[in-house]
Amino acid sequence: MRVNYYFTNTYMMKRTFSWLSAWVLASGLLVVSCSFPDEEDDTDPIETGTIQLQFDNIVGDKDLQLDSTKYVNAAGEDFTVSKLNYYISNIKLTRTDGSVFTVPQDSSYFLIREADSQSQKLTIRNVLTGDYTGIEFLVGVDSLRSVMEPDSPGRKGILDIYAGPTNEEGMYWDWNPGYIFLKLEGSSDSSATPNGKYYYHIGFFGGRTQRTINNLRTVKLTFPGQKAIVTTSIVSSVVIQADIQKIFNSPTQLSIKQSPSLMFTDSTKYVADNYAGMFNVKEIKIN
Amino acid sequence: MRKVTGILSILAALLALVVSCSKKTDAPEPVVPPDDKPTPLEWTKPSYFPDPVYDLSENPLTVEGVELGKFLFYDGILSRTDNIGCGTCHQQQAAFTHHGHDLSHGVDDKIGTRNAPSVQNMAWNTSFFWDGGVHDMDMVPAVPIQNKVEMDERVANVIEKLRKTPVAGATKQVDYPKMFKAAFGSDSITADRMMQALSQFMMTMVSATSRYDYFVRGDASALTAQEKDGLSVFKQKCASCHAGELFTDQKFRNNGLAPNRINDQGRYTITLNADDRLKFKVPSLRNVGLTAPYMHDGRFTTLEQVLDHYANDKPGSKDSIYVSPTLDPLLNVAGQKRGISLTNTEKQSIIAFLKTLNDDDFIKDKRFSDPGIGTSF
Repeated sequence: MRVNYYFTNTYMMKRTFSWLSAWVLASGLLVVSCSFPDEEDDTDPIETGTIQLQFDNIVGDKDLQLDSTKYVNAAGEDFTVSKLNYYISNIKLTRTDGSVFTVPQDSSYFLIREADSQSQKLTIRNVLTGDYTGIEFLVGVDSLRSVMEPDSPGRKGILDIYAGPTNEEGMYWDWNPGYIFLKLEGSSDSSATPNGKYYYHIGFFGGRTQRTINNLRTVKLTFPGQKAIVTTSIVSSVVIQADIQKIFNSPTQLSIKQSPSLMFTDSTKYVADNYAGMFNVKEIKIN
Repeated sequence: MRKVTGILSILAALLALVVSCSKKTDAPEPVVPPDDKPTPLEWTKPSYFPDPVYDLSENPLTVEGVELGKFLFYDGILSRTDNIGCGTCHQQQAAFTHHGHDLSHGVDDKIGTRNAPSVQNMAWNTSFFWDGGVHDMDMVPAVPIQNKVEMDERVANVIEKLRKTPVAGATKQVDYPKMFKAAFGSDSITADRMMQALSQFMMTMVSATSRYDYFVRGDASALTAQEKDGLSVFKQKCASCHAGELFTDQKFRNNGLAPNRINDQGRYTITLNADDRLKFKVPSLRNVGLTAPYMHDGRFTTLEQVLDHYANDKPGSKDSIYVSPTLDPLLNVAGQKRGISLTNTEKQSIIAFLKTLNDDDFIKDKRFSDPGIGTSF
């Protein structure tokens, strides 16, 4: 079968292979360690700790309230938010010396849901100790995962399209297979839909057999004036704000009246560009 | 590079931990007795068909798997309202289409946007649905199940419902845990298994016993003189798109239908590529005499209307071929009237030929029939 995959992230393959070899090597070490069961593991100085990422969805300078609060976008249109979900994946942390710690693939996929406060707090374990000054992540699910067979282990957990939050929240187009990276819905007096709602469902990872648009966006943030310290005992919590106003307003000003439904059009790229810029690090808390 | 070494050591340490912790718990896996093994089912293709696209090595057919797939196919439990099954819109007597329905008809009498395509010879499909969005048969069932105007259910919830069967007091008692166990060796009900069972059943739904098939296999008397004429005109004027023994080249083409009221752009909604506007998948013509109405939105009720469209001499219409940048070049040859030139006699013989693709055995085959749990409207 001729299937051309268009990888949005060319590093993914390499990374997968390097992880594969890491596992193979690791299993080799394991055999050795098993043959010397009494040996203490006192030779390895590498230590790890935990870091937390707290996503906080806001509108302007206020905490986002689902349904109850009316906001006004830059086009002067009122809107409420009834649903806001987005995937955060492929997380990397930058250290003071510029080196990068890549969160292992098996713990690097999250679905943030405004209606579920637990989903907004990401706990990442086994992070190399050190002082971190920045973070990088993808909004959405990379093409490599998107084209895996749905029954493969890499598509289980939060990426399971038939069970759990991804299925319950309908974060997947099964008729045009691909994850919906970000789903924003609400009501607006400016919406011309029969129920007065607006729908932004942003997906498209670049295409499976044929190139399509690619709405995957990488976000890079620096921690302002603070470091996130990771030690074996100190857990830093990075508070990342996501300002929903920016989805409508900048850099491209969108109008609910003009497009109450943005799902399967080229214009979705403007939404993706806008939300790529909605994140900022508010503060680092030390727990 | 230090990073890699670091990660390596962590992994090694983690693994060591896992193994040392689990070392003593080597309780034997429960062994499935050999008589619980599902019975393998051999699948053979008609000799003159191409090789199948579906990879059976990933999902080998078994008697029990196919049986489970058949129950799932007909059971309304797949829908939110528990009364719409696959078989509701894919009815056997209409070669697994929805006879008399131009657009698909789902829960709460909701109406979809496209005509229900035939479920037949799925093994050879390189893509599914009118827009070809899905490339893998295992991923087909979730589309109607989760479509708001078809079955409007979540797959996760279907799985929950299946696990709770048999339901006490229900008129139709189906014990899905038992059937999953028979098909897969354990009673674990998962979405992956459900999709596999449905694919197994759909793999068996092969239509290759029409009069045309007997003709191809060497029975010259299977077709009348007019039908043979039709076949030869068909090969000349239709087979560039409706190609091969499956009567489709599996491509996406704009056949000059004017956009409908919802301006359905077809393949474009999948690729967002302007070259794909108004293109739809070329359907197979097997059983076409049984699958009216026709086209992606069921706008034509008879084969005569279909041929009038292609011949561009629809009564009362100057030019029935809608011209747009993606119109198929075969329908728009420079210096000629748009469409395919067909005389009335040719049309009649083509239609006579097309009806020889009706497969009576297929639409009566008990192996594909509702096991008594289906619903139809």
